[in-house]
This record gives sequence, C-alpha cells and structure tokens, in this order.
Amino acid sequence: MTVFVPPLPEIRFVLREIAGIERLATLPGLAHATPDLLDAALEEAGKFAAEVLAPLNAVGDRHGAVLENGVVRTAPGFKEAYRTFREGGWTGVVFPEAYGGQDLPWTFNTALADLWNAANMTFEICPLLTRGAVEAILHHGSEAQKRLYATRLISGEWTAAMCLTEPQAGTDLGALRTRAEPRDGHWRLFGQKIFITFGDHDMAENIVHLVLARLPDAPPGTKGISLFIVPKYLPGPDGRPGPRNDWRVLKLEHKVGIHASPTCVIAYGEEEGAVGFLLGEPHRGLACMFTMMNNARLAVGHEGLGLSERAFQAALAWARTRIQGRIDGRPAPILAFPDVRRMLVRMRAQIAAMRALCYWTGSFVDRAARAADPAERRRAADRVALLTPVVKAWCTDLAQEVTHGAIQVHGGMGFVEETGVAQHWRDARILPIYEGTNGIQAIDLVGRKLAMADGRLPWDLVDELRADLDTVPGELRLSLRQGLERFEAATRYVQGASEEHKGAAAAAYLRLFGHTLGAFLLARGARAAAAGATGGEAWPGLARFWCAHLLPETLGLLASVSAGAEGLDPALLDERASTVPIS
Amino acid sequence: MRVLVPVKRVVDYNVKIRIKSDQSGVDIAGLKMSMNPFDEIATEEAIRLKERGIATEIVAVSMGDAKCQETLRTALAMGADRAILVETAVELQPLAVAKLLKAIVAREQPSLVLMGKQAIDDDSNQTAQMLAGLLGWPQATFASKIEIADGAATVAREVDEGIERIRVRLPAVVSVDLRLNEPRYASLPNIMKAKKKPLDTLTPEALGVDPTPRLDYVRVEEPPKRKAGVKVASVQELVAKLKTEAGVI
Repeated sequence: MTVFVPPLPEIRFVLREIAGIERLATLPGLAHATPDLLDAALEEAGKFAAEVLAPLNAVGDRHGAVLENGVVRTAPGFKEAYRTFREGGWTGVVFPEAYGGQDLPWTFNTALADLWNAANMTFEICPLLTRGAVEAILHHGSEAQKRLYATRLISGEWTAAMCLTEPQAGTDLGALRTRAEPRDGHWRLFGQKIFITFGDHDMAENIVHLVLARLPDAPPGTKGISLFIVPKYLPGPDGRPGPRNDWRVLKLEHKVGIHASPTCVIAYGEEEGAVGFLLGEPHRGLACMFTMMNNARLAVGHEGLGLSERAFQAALAWARTRIQGRIDGRPAPILAFPDVRRMLVRMRAQIAAMRALCYWTGSFVDRAARAADPAERRRAADRVALLTPVVKAWCTDLAQEVTHGAIQVHGGMGFVEETGVAQHWRDARILPIYEGTNGIQAIDLVGRKLAMADGRLPWDLVDELRADLDTVPGELRLSLRQGLERFEAATRYVQGASEEHKGAAAAAYLRLFGHTLGAFLLARGARAAAAGATGGEAWPGLARFWCAHLLPETLGLLASVSAGAEGLDPALLDERASTVPIS
Repeated sequence: MRVLVPVKRVVDYNVKIRIKSDQSGVDIAGLKMSMNPFDEIATEEAIRLKERGIATEIVAVSMGDAKCQETLRTALAMGADRAILVETAVELQPLAVAKLLKAIVAREQPSLVLMGKQAIDDDSNQTAQMLAGLLGWPQATFASKIEIADGAATVAREVDEGIERIRVRLPAVVSVDLRLNEPRYASLPNIMKAKKKPLDTLTPEALGVDPTPRLDYVRVEEPPKRKAGVKVASVQELVAKLKTEAGVI
C-alpha cells in the first residue's frame, strides 16, 4: 500500500495565491467562508483522508465491489468509511443551507476533492456523482423534488447515479432507446443502461438514478430525450424509502481499474416498468443532464490531479530509499540520479500546474454562481465553459503520464502489484474515457468553446495572460511571451480551420492550451512566492522547470496543430482495415 | 456537571522533530502543530459524558500564544461548548500550568477536570498530579475507563500490573490514557459552528499567577543512534553477553 500525506501547505498556497480564496469570501453569501474556517476544515479533511480513506484504497482494489444474489456489496470498510464521511458533512459542502448544505465555495470543494481523490479516488466517485445529481435537481427540479431528493442527497443519506449510456448509445446519446410510458399517472421506464457507476451498492439506504429516456411522442435524436428520477426504493409520503422499484443490476463489469466502484448493467422495467419522475421539461433532458455532466467533467479533472499526487508521493518515497549504484564512490538513493530526478520534478511540476488550473477554474465557478454583477457572472461562466474541457482532458492526460512515471521510478517493483503504485496507473486509465472521452473534450474546445461569443473567449484569456508578462519573475518572461505567441497562432489557425482540420488538430491544440496556461499559472505562483507567500517555496523552481522542459513542447504542438489533417489519409487505414478480421 | 478539559498545542505526532543547533531546545519553527493526542482523548470523553447526559457543559482551556486558539477551535469543533485561552509568551512548565489551571478551576467551578496524562512534546506527566495536589482534590491518573455516578468517578487505571480500579469522589482530576476511547473526526457543520462559540482570553496576571519557569534547560540532545546488533549462536552466548557486555543480568 502506498502512503498518503495530505499536501496541505501547497493546497493552501494554491487556494490563496492562484484561486484567490480570500477574495471569494467577498462574494454574496460567502462571508462565512473565512480563511481560518477553511483552514480548520482542510485540516480535518486531511486527517480523515489520510487515516480513513487512504488505507482503504488498496483494499478496494484487491477486493472490488461484488454482485451476490442481486445485491451489490462494496469492499470491506467502504460502508463504514462512507458513514463517517457523510456524518462529517462532507457530502453537502457547496450546497445551500436551505437544503442542508454548508454553502461553501466550489473552489474549496475542489481542494477537498483533491484530498479525497488522492486518498481514495474510487471512493470519491460516489459522492462526486451525487453532487452532480444535486446540481441537476436544484437547477431543474420542482420544489417538492428538491425537498424530497436534494436534501437527502446533500445529507448523504441517499446517493445518486447518472444513467446515460446504452449499448448502442455511448458518445452518441441521440441513439438511446430507453422509453418512458405513462401508466396510472406515473411514468414507467423500460430499457437497459450500461456503465452505471455506483448504480447500486450497500453504503446508503436509497439510490437515486437520473435516467435519460424517451417519451412516446419524442422527436428522434437528442431533442427527444427526457430526464427522470428513478429511485431504488420509492419514497413514501414521509420520504422514507418504500417499495422496491422495478430495476435490477444484471452484472458488474470486470474492469482494468477502479475496482471498488461498482459499474453496473441495469435493466429497467423487466416487470411492470420502473417508476420515474420527470425532472425538468419533457424532451429537455439532455440540457438537465449537462448541468450534471459539466460539473462531473471538472470533477474528473480533479480525479486526475488527486491520483497524480498519490502516485507522485509513492514514487518520491521509493526514490529516496531505494539505494542503487554509487555517486562519488558512495551508495546513493536513485533520487540522486538526474534521470530519476527529471521524472520526479516533471511529475511535481505537472501536479502543481494541474492543481493551479483546477482551483483557478473553481474560482470562476463560484463567480459565475454568485457574483453580484450579472456581467461578471456571465464572463465567469464563459471562462468556466472554455476551461472545462481543458481541466477534464489535460489533467487526465497528465495523470496518465504521472502515474506511468511513478511506475517507471519504481522500476521492476512498479510492475509488481505489491508496491501498490500500479493501482494508481490502472485507476487513472478510465479518466480520459468517462464523462466524455478526451477526444470529445478536444472537439468541444475547438468546435463549441472557441466559437462561443464570436470566438472571443480564448482572446480574453490571452489579454489576461499578456498582462501577467509585466509582473511575473523576469527570468520567465521570454519563455512565457513566446509560449503565448504560439498559443495565439494555434488559436488563430483553429478558429479559421475547416471542420476536418479542426477535428484533426483538436487534441494537440488542447494540450498546447493546457501547457501554456500551466506555464502562466506556475509563473503566478512563482510571483507570489517571490513576494513572500508561504507554502509555494518550490514554485519559482517549478515554473523555471516548466518553461525549460514542458513549455517547449508547444513548439512541436503548434506545428502539429497547424498541419491540421495533413497526412490523415483514410486510405492508410482502408487498405489494412480490409485485412483485419471482424470478431 | 461542568467538565474542564485542558488542551495543549504541540508539534503534530507525525512530524519528525529536530534539535536546534545550539541545543537549547526543539526547533518548532514552521512545523505542523495539533492538539496533544491525549487531550483529544480527554475531549472526546467529555463529549461522550455530555452525550450520555452526565456532563452539562464542557469548557476547553489552553495556554500559550495566540495560536492556541486553533487548538481550542478544534476542541470546540469536536463538541466543547466554550473555550478559554490563557495567553502568554512565557514558556510554560507543568507547575505553572497547574497553578493557572487551579485559578481557572476557581473561576469555573467544574466538577471534573479531564486531561491527557501527558503531552507528547515534553512527556512530563506531571500537570494533572500537580493540579490535584494544589486543589486538594482526589486524582485518578491513566484512565482507560471512566464511569460517573452518585457524585463519584469509578476509574480503571492502566498500571504496570494491569488494570487498577479506583473510586474517587468529585470534584476530581482525571488524566486519561491512550485506550480510553477513539476521538471522533470533527464534522464540517461543527467546525463551522465552532467559530461562533465563545472563546475568552485571559492572562496569567489577570489570574494572579506568576508563570515564570522554575527549571532551566541545560542542553537538549538527540538520543544516541541505535548501533547495529549481532547474531548470537546460542542461548548460552546470549546470556554471557547480557552478563558481561550489557551488564543487565
């Protein structure tokens, strides 16, 4: 099992210096989110994460969730840990007090998610999805639905699952077939959903599915999809769980990673039909679901951050104690060798940049929700829209590199499950896939986000970053200026490119985006550290490393972006495709 | 019944400490600080007494610089009702703490002082005993079980021979050992409520106590590094070595 020490000094530094958490407390309704309160809460969360959640991570991996006689059981210890988590009030951090939450900033919850994910990402998936469902219900539900469902999801008594995917409808939700029929004043749902994360388990007394389905009169495609609340037990008039609803777990998937997360195949309506309650307007289900999805996309980026932190800590601990070879005639830990140090510093810089990006984006989520000035709210919402695919895809791509690097540092022992570091790599593998593959994120960025508001959003960002060039440490300025110019060139190319070129350039553009923004955020941290801020002592060095070794990647990325679909000749695949047997 | 719980701010138990280069003490600059773990156990026990309807009010008290407020807030977040900080820049030694606590007891009139058996920084294990002596109250130290009924506390004490059970009449000073309970995690709502609970600040002067240290530190050293062991071939050799080399038998 790998150890976990909450990196609280750096978390506090990024909250303060990058996300401006103290300024967020001036937003309407956040006056109670004072630094000393958040510090105390972080301290306690760190303790809980390290002492309770972290030791369960390997247990969850080895044992996994199991389906026995139709009942899903989580790994030993998960149920108890979830109860402590829920009693600790950690399920309701960001939600309104009126519904039982604590009304604290999303930015702060991002820091908490950083801790939960590092300690036990698979455990955190369940509260994460539940938060997304609460968002959807609070935005689109009736007052009665908020009182009945949102309050219980906020308190954590119940949890939620999002039920979109069907065997024939993955990325293309327009293809889904689950149908809702009106019977005796209820909607009855019939169909099958797959990949339903924490669709059933034994940690909560009720599980609320948010299910996409079609009404009988639904137009075809994505315009004909409605969203339903489909609880496992139908609540009685007092809100207590009553009769069992007509849905059933058919099987759990056998996965590469996140073994402790039950990934369910679920059949709705094998008998009289599963009772569903319409959430929001008929045929507008996808819009409701996207409230949940956008939230979840950011949250998956946070998973990449947390997993990377955990893997890095394991690699660092190993590199400090593993003695191999000699330096100046004395036995040396492998940390002393430049190549190992290169891997570890790279990991640390990537984690710092991810943390900065995630928390910074969080600050716009809070501004978008709470700023007094509507124009500021709109600007912040635009910024969130622009950054969401970058947070999701860039952080989860980097998580592949960091968890891969952590195994590499361990050498052969990294390939042996016993050290525990391989689990982080296996767990990380889902991140670029779920909640919209990273390919979809890149297309969302170049197709939708770069086109929003007449294409202004990336240029607003460029203006903001250019202003930094006068204030960041001098040694970084030349690299940053050149990096920003490449970002501008890439953006100009993508905004003017045809669909074919845009699609081909999307992934490289997203990486270039993240690498450039990462450089500027590290430089902001370096600026703060130079001005004496505590907790960021490493940031000037990390920023220099980034400018020397990671930002230059954007040279190649710009070349690749600008080449568009050059060389992506379908014939290159057609010739071989005809020889590949179809299984 | 009011319970007074003294809590000390100490270097976190996870931190590996270092001696200052001039050997004048431990270098605590920039280190993570937390509540003394034994005091956490005392706080938890007080909260359980309140949850059982035995205690009615829990007053946490800490002494030292203004940062001890954080430790008090932790106690409040766990469930203490209010807090008192005795603020001073003077280094506090056990006797001074006991005298200050005696003055607090005179103000607060608790029926029970529940405290850690020792602090993990100086490991003195003196304050509870000194306080009981100064107050003329019964004491029960190293508690691993506490039952309160009929104006008395029945305490299971962890002693070398095993568990000793004694009964002390209240008011009394009880110092707690490691196995008494497992402290809870403070919940987020309680951390938020703790901010609004009263926290009074007093000074040694206001309490009429002179906290000046009575003991001088001569030198602080790290314990000697453990030497490598040797393998012995037989029991006879082991006994011989214990006799001649180690001189322990």
